Amino acid sequence: MSTSNRRDFIKAGAAAASVGLLPVHAAGIEKIKVGVIGCGGRGSGAIGDSMKADKSVVFWAAGDVFAEKAQATVKAYSQSHKDQVDVGDRVFGGLDAFEKVIASGCDLVILATPPGFRPYHVEAAIKANKHVFCEKPVAVDGPGIRKCLEVAELAKKSQRAIVAGTQRRHQAGYIKTVEQIHAGAIGDIVSARCSWNGREPWFKARKPEMSDVEYQLSNWYHFNWLCGDHINEQHVHNLDVINWVMKGHPVKCVGQGGRIARKAGSVAETGNIFDLFCIEYEYPGSIPMYSYCSHVPNTTQDVSETIYGTKGSSRVNQYMIGKEKIYKGAREEVSPYVQEHIDMIQSIKAGKPLNELQAVAESTMTAIMGRMAVYSGQVVTWEAALNSKELTMPADLQIKGQLATAPIPVPGKYKVS
Amino acid sequence: MKRLLPTISVLSALGFALFADDTIPPVPPEPKVPTKLELPAKDFTQTVEEAIKIPDEKDPDLFTLQKSKTNFEMVYVPGGEFSMGSPGDETGRQPNEGPVHKVKVGPFWMAKFETTWELFDLWFRSTGLPRRDEAEGLYEAKNPDKKLGPDAITRPTNPYVDETYEHGREGKPAICMSHHAAMVFCHWLRGKTNRGYRLPTEAEWEFACRAGKTGAFGFEGGKDKLGDYAWFKDNSKNEDKPEGTTQKVGTKKPNAFGLYDMHGNVAEWCLDQYDPKVYEIAAKDPMSHSFIKPTDAKWSHVVRGGSWFDPAEKLRCAARWPSEKDWMREDPQFPRSVWWLTKMDMIGFRVVLPVEEYTALVGLKPSVIKKGQ
Repeated sequence: MSTSNRRDFIKAGAAAASVGLLPVHAAGIEKIKVGVIGCGGRGSGAIGDSMKADKSVVFWAAGDVFAEKAQATVKAYSQSHKDQVDVGDRVFGGLDAFEKVIASGCDLVILATPPGFRPYHVEAAIKANKHVFCEKPVAVDGPGIRKCLEVAELAKKSQRAIVAGTQRRHQAGYIKTVEQIHAGAIGDIVSARCSWNGREPWFKARKPEMSDVEYQLSNWYHFNWLCGDHINEQHVHNLDVINWVMKGHPVKCVGQGGRIARKAGSVAETGNIFDLFCIEYEYPGSIPMYSYCSHVPNTTQDVSETIYGTKGSSRVNQYMIGKEKIYKGAREEVSPYVQEHIDMIQSIKAGKPLNELQAVAESTMTAIMGRMAVYSGQVVTWEAALNSKELTMPADLQIKGQLATAPIPVPGKYKVS
Repeated sequence: MKRLLPTISVLSALGFALFADDTIPPVPPEPKVPTKLELPAKDFTQTVEEAIKIPDEKDPDLFTLQKSKTNFEMVYVPGGEFSMGSPGDETGRQPNEGPVHKVKVGPFWMAKFETTWELFDLWFRSTGLPRRDEAEGLYEAKNPDKKLGPDAITRPTNPYVDETYEHGREGKPAICMSHHAAMVFCHWLRGKTNRGYRLPTEAEWEFACRAGKTGAFGFEGGKDKLGDYAWFKDNSKNEDKPEGTTQKVGTKKPNAFGLYDMHGNVAEWCLDQYDPKVYEIAAKDPMSHSFIKPTDAKWSHVVRGGSWFDPAEKLRCAARWPSEKDWMREDPQFPRSVWWLTKMDMIGFRVVLPVEEYTALVGLKPSVIKKGQ
């Protein structure tokens, strides 16, 4: 089909869809209208990955608290992917932009705002019968996780797909390595370790005109209610691999950590997250797993997952079983960030929607439980973490509002509640 | 609200000063370098210093700037005429390597080794230099009519993952940097040294790699002797790295100029904007072509010499590997990074210093901005 014909076809499809004639879960789908919520680097990347994954994807709507970000994303793709962009005036700003995107007539939404919002957005999207691609992590606290687990069940009933941005699960080398471990290549698992000892993330200084809320949203990595700390935002990738290998989540953990080298100054300006976590988790069967994550500058970097078994070990991230590299090539043929969208869209088209929300919620919970153990300096069980009442989302969020920042937790004083 | 610009109180004549800890260090001024150097035509050692922020132990709002320094060795490469490109019957030859054409290059110095992490880190890890993500908002608040340009001497944002990709750091070549990052590094180095360091042109690189030889490789004995001079696919593996890895620089034989690792270890960025047709044009007018000045386009540029990851054919003197958007497919962000090529752990660079700079390259600046792919 020529380009011009295809454009006409998309327009015709758009007219039909607006009156609800195109069910997306059936086979023979002609187009999938995708809305993106959160147009930072990752959301803007994900909508591109989605368009690349399948020609039936149409970029349909965009929303961001900061409207200019959504506009910039639409503008960029209007040039590079013009055959797949049909956003029109469906570009939304403000804290309610997510509702507007969900109500815009799209079939699938990409959720890529800071993680603190994720439980509320995934709930709204699934209740509105949308398919969801949601970035990791999916929450920052216990109440958020409980919401996600409920939504995971709802999505199963309504046959909506939920794929999470834990792209390692869509990466050919990882899949092959985990399959071999599950098939017994290293015997019975006796212990594991994983780490994300990396560099400090970006830091966006407050511009003079910014309110507290605007500043925290813009520099969200450094604020716990939005990020959940770096163990959650980043190390969740490694924890997710371990849970995948272990086919479940840990039962308890204890650990130590602190804030050693983040920017000095008041929490209102520099945030309240740690930069170091060292945790011992315990999986069913008393199997230990050692987890490390650090943002301390000029220290040895290590982003990896290793599994030890009775017959040998596997460096999972190197796709190695013992001394053997079982997947050749450092890079997959298809970027895993595109592959996850391919897998998702194919599952929708096949009428067997993937639902990864429970798995990613458990991995997120694993991170949050570790964080609670380190913040408090106490042993924290899965039940205590999952049922914790501490809700970090501010009650009445106003974009121009003032918002005090919680103090940096002190182990021995901070209580898990 | 804290002060936006540092207040300086000089504590000693050594140049150590106590600064207020602001989120924005001053953006260093644009380098001004002489276009012709009056240096002896021989090898020399370059020392370079950079300031590192040392937090004050008593007052968290204060810090001291201390100097960190490193040295690197430069090898004199006399200029001359040579045949650039490869003949049609060379094994592994690609169409963009021909036709062979005569090129003249002026004398220059070239780094004896590929840029190591030690040198790269002096810039990348310098807490005395602004990082764009931290500086942009405040810089623009203070300078409302100005944008922080692509040539501002900033340091790279931190990569999301480990930039060494488990290849190690000590003595190893720096990897994964974009062409733009290598260009800004050189811009920073010009400011530090008051000398016109830059990436080699493709012609300079190939002239230096050939070291007077006309065959596929820049040493006697051809492909059979490659293992004496180069780390590549056939010899870069070890038990821990079954697919191979980068090696410490300078651990194989040098070529006739005294340059190490021109073949293999890491593929090296050249200065030119890539044009697959340029050899055809150059062949019609011998000695006419020197380089194509890099523009603000992110794509494409050429890496030369092949890497630890590549088979022998990709290490040939004439082999050109142009960069492409797909190199960044593992970067999940949009716009994609201007600084880092995610997982391209076979790319590095080395610097040159021309005795006399080409007129068109006087005042060279990096000009790529973060946008689109």
